[in-house]
Amino acid sequence: MFNFFKRHKSAESAKERLQLVLIHDRINLSPAELEALKDDLIETISRHVVIDPQAVRIAMEHEGRSQRLVADIPIQGVGRRKRGKAK
Amino acid sequence: MKAQVVTISSGKGGVGKTTATANLAVALAAAGSKVVCIDGDIGLRNLDVVMGLENRIVYDIVDVIEGRCRLKQAMIRDKRLPELYLIPAAQTRDKQSVSASDMVRVVHDLRKEADWILIDSPAGIERGFKNAVAPADRVIVVTNPEVSAVRDADRVIGILEAEEKGTPSLIINRLNPSLVRQNDMLSAEDVLDLLAVKLIGIVPEDENVIVGTNRGNPVALEPKSKAGQAFRNIARRLQGEEVPFLDLEAGNGFWSRWLGRK
Ligand SMILES: Nc1ncnc2c1ncn2[C@@H]1O[C@H](COP(=O)(O)OP(=O)(O)OP(=O)(O)O)[C@@H](O)[C@H]1O
Ligand SMILES: [Mg+2]
Repeated sequence: MFNFFKRHKSAESAKERLQLVLIHDRINLSPAELEALKDDLIETISRHVVIDPQAVRIAMEHEGRSQRLVADIPIQGVGRRKRGKAK
Repeated sequence: MKAQVVTISSGKGGVGKTTATANLAVALAAAGSKVVCIDGDIGLRNLDVVMGLENRIVYDIVDVIEGRCRLKQAMIRDKRLPELYLIPAAQTRDKQSVSASDMVRVVHDLRKEADWILIDSPAGIERGFKNAVAPADRVIVVTNPEVSAVRDADRVIGILEAEEKGTPSLIINRLNPSLVRQNDMLSAEDVLDLLAVKLIGIVPEDENVIVGTNRGNPVALEPKSKAGQAFRNIARRLQGEEVPFLDLEAGNGFWSRWLGRK
């Protein structure tokens, strides 16, 4: 909690908050929209392979000014999917 | 002569665009270049007072655009430097009276008259900003080490990149070194990490800026002022010189790291 006697490093909060705000500004997606994107992604991939939704990690990374959506999606039980039934 | 056209922009208001324009103009002119600066803030004219030229105005940029005077008649000669000129903004008109192609045309005609054309952009990302940026060869974005100024600078940088104006260079203005040392202000390094653009200068918070503005004497003409020194250095970097950054944040190791990074 906020402690008046401890030096509050406000520059750190400024930087951390800006890092998040700028990511969402740059891709023009709110945190909620990014969550929805993640759900859609999980749903789509689940139609083809079996995955554990809890294990999916999706993050925004950036290199200079370009943003990258990085997804780590461990696949379970390859082969259980019935080929040819996707349609 | 074939002028280089530099627009000074920011997103957020009040971060120091007009101050930077005036100071870069006097610094470049004092170094021997012929400089024309244009106040792009139609309806909120200010560059004239910051430069101390408000009493000499007869015609303004809208008079040029609408054909009421020739370009040269609207160029006010500075009282200190013979090769420095100002084309003021119209005070009683609004931004709608100027279009991007008007600006491109005026600046095109001006190019052969000068070495440098500096355009002071209004705040915001609307028409006035677009007009100011349209004729630019390069854009300088001014920000303060503060959350809303950095956020708005990022928006402007994004827009400039999307419109293929290239990546602008950055002036971090009003940096307070002692606040940075006590970790209560974003450092220049923090701001650069966040915005990921090229730095062209760091200008400290300096009361000489206010005193100079009161008198209509840009601080770049003041040999002892730190902000003045910073603006003179930026002018040299604009001309392609490699000038080390001022040691404003002495003690945190930033400078050695930054300079080593290149
Ligand atoms: N380095 C500095 N140190 C101290 N004061 C400064 C510094 N830079 C600018 N200022 C002051 O900040 C105020 C705003 O500056 P300025 O008018 O140049 O900003 P601006 O970006 O042009 O504003 P606007 O968006 O309204 O056009 C002025 O009072 C100016 O004197
Ligand atoms: Mg201004």
